[in-house]
Formats: sequence, structure tokens, C-alpha cells
Amino acid sequence: MAKITFDGIEVEVEDGTTILNAARKIGGNVVPPAMCYYTPLKGSGGKCRVCLVKVTAGSAKDPRPMPKLVASCITPVQDGMVVENTLSEQAMEARKGIVEMLLINHPLDCPVCDQAGECDLQNLSYEHGTSGTRYEEDRRTFDKIDIGPLIQLHMTRCILCYRCVYTADQLTEKRVHGVLGRGDASEIGTYIENSLENEFIGNVIDVCPVGALTDKTFRFKNRVWFTKPMDAHRECETPGCCGKVVLWSRGEEVLRVTARKNEYGEVEEFICNTCRFDKKEMSDWIIDGPRHIARASVIAANHYELPVINPHLVPDLPAHVVDTQIQDQN
Amino acid sequence: MVDFKDKSEVKFSEAAQKEIERYISHYPADRKKSAVLPVLHIAQAEFGGWVSPAVQDKVAEILGIEPIEVYEVATFYTMFNLKPVGNYVLEVCRTGPCMLRGSDQLIEHIENRIGCKVGETSPDGMFTLKTVECLAACGMGPMLQIHEDYHENLDPEKVDKLLEDLRNKAAVKQSN
Amino acid sequence: MGLKILTEHINVPGIETYETYRKMGGYRSVEKALKTMTPDEVVEEVKKSGLRGRGGAGFPTGMKWSFLAKPEGKPRYLVCNADESEPGTFKDRVLMEKIPHALIEGMITSSFALGARTSYIYIRGELMFVLRILEKAIAEAYANGMLGENILGSGYSLDLHVHPGGGAYICGEETALLESLEGKRGNPRNKPPFPAVWGLYGSPTVVNNVESIATVPWIVNNTGDEYAKIGVGRSTGTKLISAGGHLNKPGVYEIELGLPVEEFLYSDEYCGGIWKGRKFKAVVAGGSSVPILPAELFLKTAEGVPRVMTYESLSEGGFVSGTMLGSGGFIAMDDTTCVVRNTWNFARFYHHESCGQCSPCREGTGWMEKVLHRLEHGHGSMHDIDLLVSISKQIEGNTICPLGDAAAWPVASAVRHFREEFEWHVRNPQEATKPGAVFNKSEAVLA
Ligand SMILES: Cc1cc2nc3c(=O)[nH]c(=O)nc-3n(C[C@H](O)[C@H](O)[C@H](O)COP(=O)(O)O)c2cc1C
Ligand code: SF4
Ligand code: SF4
Ligand code: FES
Ligand code: FES
Repeated sequence: MAKITFDGIEVEVEDGTTILNAARKIGGNVVPPAMCYYTPLKGSGGKCRVCLVKVTAGSAKDPRPMPKLVASCITPVQDGMVVENTLSEQAMEARKGIVEMLLINHPLDCPVCDQAGECDLQNLSYEHGTSGTRYEEDRRTFDKIDIGPLIQLHMTRCILCYRCVYTADQLTEKRVHGVLGRGDASEIGTYIENSLENEFIGNVIDVCPVGALTDKTFRFKNRVWFTKPMDAHRECETPGCCGKVVLWSRGEEVLRVTARKNEYGEVEEFICNTCRFDKKEMSDWIIDGPRHIARASVIAANHYELPVINPHLVPDLPAHVVDTQIQDQN
Repeated sequence: MVDFKDKSEVKFSEAAQKEIERYISHYPADRKKSAVLPVLHIAQAEFGGWVSPAVQDKVAEILGIEPIEVYEVATFYTMFNLKPVGNYVLEVCRTGPCMLRGSDQLIEHIENRIGCKVGETSPDGMFTLKTVECLAACGMGPMLQIHEDYHENLDPEKVDKLLEDLRNKAAVKQSN
Repeated sequence: MGLKILTEHINVPGIETYETYRKMGGYRSVEKALKTMTPDEVVEEVKKSGLRGRGGAGFPTGMKWSFLAKPEGKPRYLVCNADESEPGTFKDRVLMEKIPHALIEGMITSSFALGARTSYIYIRGELMFVLRILEKAIAEAYANGMLGENILGSGYSLDLHVHPGGGAYICGEETALLESLEGKRGNPRNKPPFPAVWGLYGSPTVVNNVESIATVPWIVNNTGDEYAKIGVGRSTGTKLISAGGHLNKPGVYEIELGLPVEEFLYSDEYCGGIWKGRKFKAVVAGGSSVPILPAELFLKTAEGVPRVMTYESLSEGGFVSGTMLGSGGFIAMDDTTCVVRNTWNFARFYHHESCGQCSPCREGTGWMEKVLHRLEHGHGSMHDIDLLVSISKQIEGNTICPLGDAAAWPVASAVRHFREEFEWHVRNPQEATKPGAVFNKSEAVLA
């Protein structure tokens, strides 16, 4: 066991635990955000850099501070380590900078994004961003590609967390999508025309922290905050599927089925495509009760606001949306 | 231009196959994937200077990996041409040290001579012009690479001569 | 003439062949190490030599070797970093091209010291012609019993292979290199674990630069103590410097560390001064990633002490007024050079070469390039100059690998030392964008 001090709070965790998970054991506001790390996915983490924290003492044995901020999601604790997150001005300043980086090329098309209301980037920018942008350049665009009838890819929204790639590697037999290109031209894609159809591939929708991968079968495009989440289950025969889901419905209509996420947005038990895409009747399911949305997210706190949308920045907005947007703003 | 409908049409020459086998033998038996870069190089040299999706699929088959694993690699590294190219690909270094020694002017000169811009193939299909980053020849810049050869300490006259030689070489090849 | 350890025989005709190389005393270190020394004794000599990694970071090689984990049942690897892609650097290529056996000899002796049975030379794919030279030399070494089973009857066996990259500067970063050698995209790994514990194929691995490895034979032949006598303080031995830019005599020079910079720049034995009789304006002294310095601050520290070519002297003054020896890529600029354009060019390079894994580098490098492009083309504002500094700070220190820092430093240092020139581009966009226009400090003050 290792004892560490995180933002002035002592916590004891197993050896080898990451700083992030130690902080999660404490819980509450001190927990650093995580956009790429995903506990069930081996190898994830370390990329987005939003979880950077300051280690002011490396360990009891070697109490020197670490020279750079470290990614809390992949850095293991040492006994006697002292870590600062919200207490460190340097960490908070760096996080603000990184959130800005994640947003400069983001289309900010939240009004037409299915993820709006449950988007980690939206939450993140609400909590750590600054208003206004210093970015005056053209935003990045990508050629649209079709990855099949089940999943919709909006590459402009992708933050390249690689979660969907690890998901395909670790949950399915043959990965057909991946990261193509390099640098800021990197994109999620299949290279040749191909569709993602493996029985477990639907999970990429749930692991995606933003609206880059969404459910194409989400009936009657609807804003999530108008839908009612309920825990439900069924006896699923797909090997490896837990059959435990969240139904997002309106009245008697099941609009969308997702896996269940914990308070950090992580799916602990994955579901198969049959449960996700084919079981859209109430009668398919045994209802367990209302879903408690645990996290103080934008959706739960009900403080979701439409961002100020500049139609010039979002070239592919449907016309009617642009119109309503402009009316809303007036 | 060499193109294939699918990987079943992609056939390596015997020499190339041997070379592929040789590379694969350099890595542990369960690490054939390690050979993906050398094999892509061999494939590019073998099939007209670029790697089409069918060729990449063939590479995946040879190495026993998924096609996406080859696509991910081929699109990451800049040496692989993903579109057809001219007979000769002129890769001119554009990075700082070469720029200090006149690479901007060199590039412009070549554009004028071959009649196309960077990233394009000349109308006669003879040359594709690419700019590349530092090729470890900074002291000998400006410079360019054609296939495996480095041409260094260039000036307009030398480039003209080089282009001329290449045109002649292509003509000889054609008449044979 | 300074002492030459690596390049003494570079002009001997036929030195690229085994026969000539051997005749000139080559492969003696293999005989000595394999027949009369234990691996640990070789490591000890390298430690004593004070040799510091020549790939850029300057980490002591002997110390790196002693960190190598030695778990039971796992192979160990030595991988030579011949990716040489840092703008301004071309020494490894020249060494391999001219004296391929120097690297091969170093690989054998070093592999023996580390207990590696298979070693790789990862060479950048563009240098295919050098790869062929190396392969030919390796075949000769096999034929002469220097590689393969039971080398020189010592019981030690080694296979050595050359592996071409595919065009990616980032694969010079050692963990990206290992990923690439495994046949993957060149994404640097998160550290820890370091390669010494978890390297190639999950086995303990040492990655060393070409020049570091090629120096080992001399150390084994002459002892580490002798090597440590060369140079100054913690900068021991000789170093290859790739001299480029606006010089009378660009090329690769082997210098004894401690050589006065003024002598290196102006003497005819080395660079022979600035070309075309022009004035010396600025220099990037250790490869594109190190801070740029104006001529005055390069020749003398802020305190007025003449600098010498050592790790310590060049970094005197820290980031405020110093730079780094880095990989020894020496890029000199004359007084017709536009620093803004050069900075934009470097920023474009890093933008082009970012692997794209981590957000500050992926997004920030492109952003800096765009702002610099605007400034250079006369569309920038004063505010853009501060914006550049701010972006560079948002990247620096916050990324997975040092490419982020390498992208930030040239920009931050250019603004620090040449702010007036940036401002001139904002104030006089028309003039600044004329072909060949250069900022002239005295005129600008008048205007
Ligand atoms: C972006 C980047 C590029 C690098 N490129 C090279 C290179 O081309 N050659 C090299 O030897 N080291 C390069 N390095 C340094 C290596 O990561 C590593 O430190 C070095 O190979 C270790 O060898 P040494 O200790 O012998 O110097 C690079 C580092 C970074 C961050
Ligand atoms: S598509 Fe989503 S899950 Fe995949 S890399 Fe992009 S942001 Fe991450
Ligand atoms: S710093 Fe840049 S090059 Fe290095 S891992 Fe991050 S994105 Fe890749
Ligand atoms: S969550 Fe730690 S780097 Fe992304
Ligand atoms: S800058 Fe052109 S070869 Fe280095």
C-alpha cells in the first residue's frame, strides 16, 4: 500500500495505482479530468494531457519535486508522494492552455451535435476554458467518410484520444478503423471504404468522449436532456455481453440504448450491437429503475447553454440550424 | 502507371520476394509486423513508385496483419506515395538550412522547368515534384533526392543538366 | 590539428572496405573486448570515459548502459539510432557513408558489453544508399567472423541488422523509434517505463546514437581514462559537428570539446568564416531545436566570457542568453537572413513532424506555424508576437515527448532575441514582404 497526499488530502491506495485513480478514491472536485484515459482500455491515457498535475514530492524516499507536470492517469503513486491539482497554479494554468488547444480546431457545432449535453469536452471547457478564442485561423476540416449503417463519424469533432482504436483492438477480432495520417492531419478512418460492424464495435460510441462517434440509429434526433434515462436489462445471448444497459426514451419510445457508465463516464461492462441497435422496444427490456446521472455534468446541473455559434466557422451546418441559431441569439 | 483491382493481382518478382524474406528473417518469428516498413519500400520500388490500397493489402497478407495496420503505417510515414507518380519523383529539401542556401529559388526553378507545382506531376508524366524535410545533407544544400540518389550542392545549371539526363534516360528506356 | 578519433582515416582510399579498415587498425576493440574483458569491464570503461550521448540529450552513455535491466529469460537489445533527421545535422550519415565499419565495430563491442544477441541499426529510410553501404559492410564482417556465431572463438554470438525508417523525424525519439521498429506508427511511448526496462518487444533495450556507438572502440582500445583526458570538464572527448548555413566551408568536423567557438567559426581548419564576406548575424548551434542566438551572444556569454564548444559553455546563461550543443548541428546565418522567415520555416517543420498524439503539440505546432506565416507575410499584429510566446509556453513541458519542447524553443528564443525584427514585420508589412528584404537594426531605429 502507498499513502499519498493529493491536494492536501491523504489517501491510501494499492501499490501501482495511478495518481488519477488515487484522486478518484477521494472523489469530488479535486479529481483531475480525463479525456483519453479509460480504465477498462489497456494502454489508454497519456495523450490528451488534461489530467496534468504537479508532483511536489516524488516519494518518501526521494522527496524531490518532479521537474515537469505529469499525466496523472498514467503515473503510478509512490509512498509519500505529494501531489497538487487544484492547489497548483501551474497545473491549472497548463490545463487551461490544453483545453484551449483541444478547442481551437473544434467546430463548436454543439447545437447540432448528438453528444451535446453529455460531452466531456463541453464539460471540460465549461469548467476550465476561457470565454472567447485567440484562434483566428481557419479551422481544420476533413473529407466526410461513411463507416457503415450503425455508427456516424464526425471527424472534425474528434480529439484523437485513441479510445475507439483500443476498443476495437481489445473487444473485436478484426479492427477495420484506425488513426491515419500524422500530426494535426491525423484522422480516424478506414482508409478504403469499409464499415464497422463487429458485434462489439458499437461500444466505440460510448467510449468516445465527444460527438465524433455517435449512434446512427438514434431515432428522431433528439437532445439528450429531453430524453429520460432508465436502467434496464435483458437476457442477452451474445457471449461477452452483460445485457445491462441504459434506455433513453421519450414516452414509450426507446430512442437510444447505451451501456452504463460510472461517474467518470466509463463503461464497466460492455454491450453487444444487438442490445444497442436492435432492441428498441420497451418490451425487449426489463426495467430496473431510473438512471441516476451521477456526475455534476452539464446535463445534470442543467446549465447547458447554447454556445455562440459563428456560422462562418461551421461551414457544414444545415441551413435551418443556422437560421434558428441566429434567431436564438437575437 | 501500375494499378491493381485487388491484392490477388499483386505479384512480387522473385528478387523482391527474396528480399522480403530476408527482411522478415531479421525479426523474431512472432514479430513479422516489424518488416512492414522495409516491405512497403520494396513494394513501392516494385510497383511504379507508389503503394496502392491493393498493394498495401498484399503487404498485410504477407506479414499476417490486418490491412488497417498497414494503412496506419503507410499514411504516417512521408516516403510512401499513396497516389500514382511520374517516372521520377523529385524530392527537394525545403528545411531551414537548405532554405538558407537557396532551396526556395531552386524549387521555383524546377517548377518552371517541368511545368508543374509542388505536389503535382508534370504534364508529360515524367516528373512528380515533392518537397521534403531535412535529408541530412544540410552542408551540401540545396539538394534533392531522386529514388535512392542524393544530388547535392545544386544550382540552376546543375538541375537543368540533371533533368535533361533523366529525360534522355527515360527516352532510352522507352526505345528499348 | 585537433585529435581525430572517429574521422582520422576518413580520407583513406578504400576505408569503406573491411580489408582497408582492418589494416588501419579496425576491429581491434572487438578482439580486445571479446577475448580479454568481461562485459561489465567494457561498461566500466565507457563509464570512466565520461562519454555523453551524441544524439542530442547528452546523457552519459556508461550510466545509461548500467541501468539496463537484466531479467532472466528475456533477450536484451542494442538499437542504434541512425535516424538523423534534426535539421542542421548530417554527421552520422557522413560517418556511416564513409566509414561504415566504424559503426559496425562499435555495435559489436557495445552489444557484447550489454549482452545483446541481436542488434539493430535503425536508419532513416531516405538514406537507402547508406543502408546499402552498411549492409555490404555487415556482410563483410560476417564473412570475416566478426559477426554471427562464436565471434573470434570467444563464445559470443551476435546478429546485426539494418532497418529502414519511412520518413518521420519523430522516429529519432527513442521510443518512437522502437515503435517504428516494431512495425507501428512512430508514436512516442509514455515513460516510465523507460527502454532500459521495457524497450523493443517489451525487452530491456539501449538506444544510442551512431556517433556514441562509434566512439566505444576507441575507449575500449585506449581506456576510458584516456578518453576522459580529452575535452574540458564534463564535456569529454571529441564531437562531430555538422556545419551548415552561410559558411565558407560547410561540412562535418571532428572537434575536441573545448575548442573556442571563434576558432571553430573563423579558422580555415574548420568553417572558414561567413560566406561571401558577409557579417555573422545569428546561429542555431546544436540542431534546429536549440534556441537561436544572435552572433554576439554566441561568441561571448552575457557576462562577456568567450564561449567554447562544450555542453556547459554553450548553455551558459540558460534560456535567457544561452543555447545548447544538442546534436551538433551548427547552422550559421549571415546578415541577409530574415529571422522571422527562418523561424516560420522551423515551425512548419515541427508542425509537419508532430506525431499528433498529444494535444498541445498536435494543435500548438500548427497554430504557431500559422501565426508565423501571417507575420512573415505582413498580415500579423503586435499581439501575434506575444501570442506566439504564449502558445510556445502552453506546449513546453506539457507533452509526451521532447518534440513539443523542440518546437517551442526556436520560436520562443527567436522572439526573445529578435523581437524588433518581428515588430518591423508588423510595422512595415510592405517593405518586409519584398523579396530579399531584410531588417536592418540601425535603419529601423531611424525610420
Ligand atoms: C524529436 C526527437 C528527435 C530525435 N532524433 C534523434 C536522431 O535523429 N538521432 C539520435 O541519435 N537521437 C535523436 N533523438 C534523441 C533520442 O531520443 C535518444 O536520446 C538518443 O538516440 C540516445 O542516444 P545517445 O544517448 O547516444 O545520444 C531525438 C529525440 C527527439 C525528442
Ligand atoms: S473518434 Fe472519438 S473515441 Fe475515437 S479517437 Fe476520436 S474522440 Fe477518441
Ligand atoms: S510531443 Fe508531439 S511528437 Fe511528441 S508525442 Fe506529443 S504529439 Fe507526438
Ligand atoms: S487523461 Fe491523462 S493524458 Fe488524457
Ligand atoms: S536542411 Fe536540407 S538537408 Fe538538412
